[in-house]
Amino acid sequence: MTGWLGPEEWQAVALSLRVSFWATVASLPLGILVALALARWSFPGKQIVNGIVHLPLILPPVVTGYLLLLTFGTQGPVGGFLEDRLGLVFAFRWTGAALAAAVMAFPLMVRAIRLAIEAVDPKLEQAAATLGAGRIRVFATVTLPLILPGIIAGAILAFAKAMGEFGATITFVSNIPGQTQTLPSAIYAFLQVPGGETAALRLAGVSVAIAMGALLASEILARRVAKRVSGI
Amino acid sequence: MTLSVRIRHALPGLTLDAAFEAPQGVTALFGRSGAGKTTLVNAVAGLLRPDAGRVAVDDWVLFDTARGLWLPPHRRRLGYVFQEGRLFPHMTVRKNLSYGARFAPVAPNRRETDHVVEMLGIGHLLDRRPGALSGGEKQRVAVGRALLSAPRLLLMDEPLAALDEPRKAEILPYLERLRDETDLPVLYVSHSVTEIARLATTVVVLDSGRVTRAGPAAEVLSDPTAVPSFGPREAGALVPGRIAAHHPDGLTEVEISGGRLLIPRESAAPGTSLRVRIEAKDVMLSLARPEGISALNILPATVTAVTPGTGPGVAVQLRIGTDLILARITRRSAERLGIGPGLACFAVVKSVAVAKGDVGGAG
Repeated sequence: MTGWLGPEEWQAVALSLRVSFWATVASLPLGILVALALARWSFPGKQIVNGIVHLPLILPPVVTGYLLLLTFGTQGPVGGFLEDRLGLVFAFRWTGAALAAAVMAFPLMVRAIRLAIEAVDPKLEQAAATLGAGRIRVFATVTLPLILPGIIAGAILAFAKAMGEFGATITFVSNIPGQTQTLPSAIYAFLQVPGGETAALRLAGVSVAIAMGALLASEILARRVAKRVSGI
Repeated sequence: MTLSVRIRHALPGLTLDAAFEAPQGVTALFGRSGAGKTTLVNAVAGLLRPDAGRVAVDDWVLFDTARGLWLPPHRRRLGYVFQEGRLFPHMTVRKNLSYGARFAPVAPNRRETDHVVEMLGIGHLLDRRPGALSGGEKQRVAVGRALLSAPRLLLMDEPLAALDEPRKAEILPYLERLRDETDLPVLYVSHSVTEIARLATTVVVLDSGRVTRAGPAAEVLSDPTAVPSFGPREAGALVPGRIAAHHPDGLTEVEISGGRLLIPRESAAPGTSLRVRIEAKDVMLSLARPEGISALNILPATVTAVTPGTGPGVAVQLRIGTDLILARITRRSAERLGIGPGLACFAVVKSVAVAKGDVGGAG
């Protein structure tokens, strides 16, 4: 299996997959909640929440990474608290890479889910309520199945974005092989050393393959679910 | 069971201030578009929180501003049939039908479920999805879904308005069966006098957010002062009758309190009760019993009231036996014939529509 990829390259690919997987899975519940809040609820400061969610899309990734370092670094207010109370360390660990990837991918995920929620007719949810379903049951039995295509699309988009995240990751958790050296960081590192171009090219190929695979999977899944949800 | 409603709610361009009671049977909430009907029903269902008022089913209070009480919609147990069906697109018909049962305190058992499915004629649709149903089938499933949530009351907001005439004709018999086979009070919103005449036992007329008339269907529909609400072309009375005989020439004889009517063949057996709708525009008046006329139905009548309309017509209320019917004639004819209360005359009925079941309050 390792025939055409060197051990360091494999390590980067495996780490990237792990980082992206956890970045997506861990942020999905929050993503659904935030999308729901932005699509359906009205509360004071909604525009501010909307702004914060979309900030990583517009800010230079280096700035996002630096802000993460300030907040979640061992000296940072949140980072220090989490380390003391839960023993959870983000700085210079793969978990930090996952956090950076999740933050960077969050706006894309929320956007896709929000669009799906806005496409659900609230009248169906009203109908469910008149049939006796409370708010949580309405969400679980009507809203959630109907927005499933959007959730899948959002998750796959976030996964693909996380696979490619570079700027915030390298600023926040550096570029430690086996610990925080994700696929893009590894490509960057290989390009810095003489003779590293072939390794960089191989990893670029892997990147393209994973991205294409993710897009195809999302298409197929979304089509299957859309067919189910359209009621035919 | 009786639903009592008192609601005040300000909307842009309309202030709803209505109070009425819906007893057993079908209570039709009639009004033109924008009269506030849907707002009223949504307030009863809890989908809208009105400014003030009280809604109760017998002594079970759903909403009362005086006591600061407001039950959320899922705790009201009112079956709501919407104009557009609102079936869940991701569930089969079977799943749609059983959706409410899991939240009901006492879920309908297998026999009750089968009965509702049979009554609505949707047994062959159970494994289909809503996207594959016709408009009429969707509405029948929607009625079944509401019924199987074990409601205390059924709300129907213009359930036929989105359907074409053949589809309406297809569903109406199912709704009549529903009225006759269950003892559930039904609040039925409509702007169609024809539907109301067929289904209603009680009629509540809503105009610009206010109740202008309420009472048993036969009484409200034969009230000449209510003619402007229903529209002169659609106004007409309801008369209870009983099939007396079938004639070999294809006519059916119906006995009403003031005589007998001949109508096109009805399938029901002699002795069956039915309600006869006589539209005001289909009644002519004659001072003497007319001779040599093609109309078969000529009934002796007494004028009880004459109400001028806004145009050249007047609405004349007539007593035929113990029933009241309406005739719409021109003001000129009324003056020429000297029509006024107490006058004895003959009503020439050109056509008659028939609906099954008894007329509320008069039957």
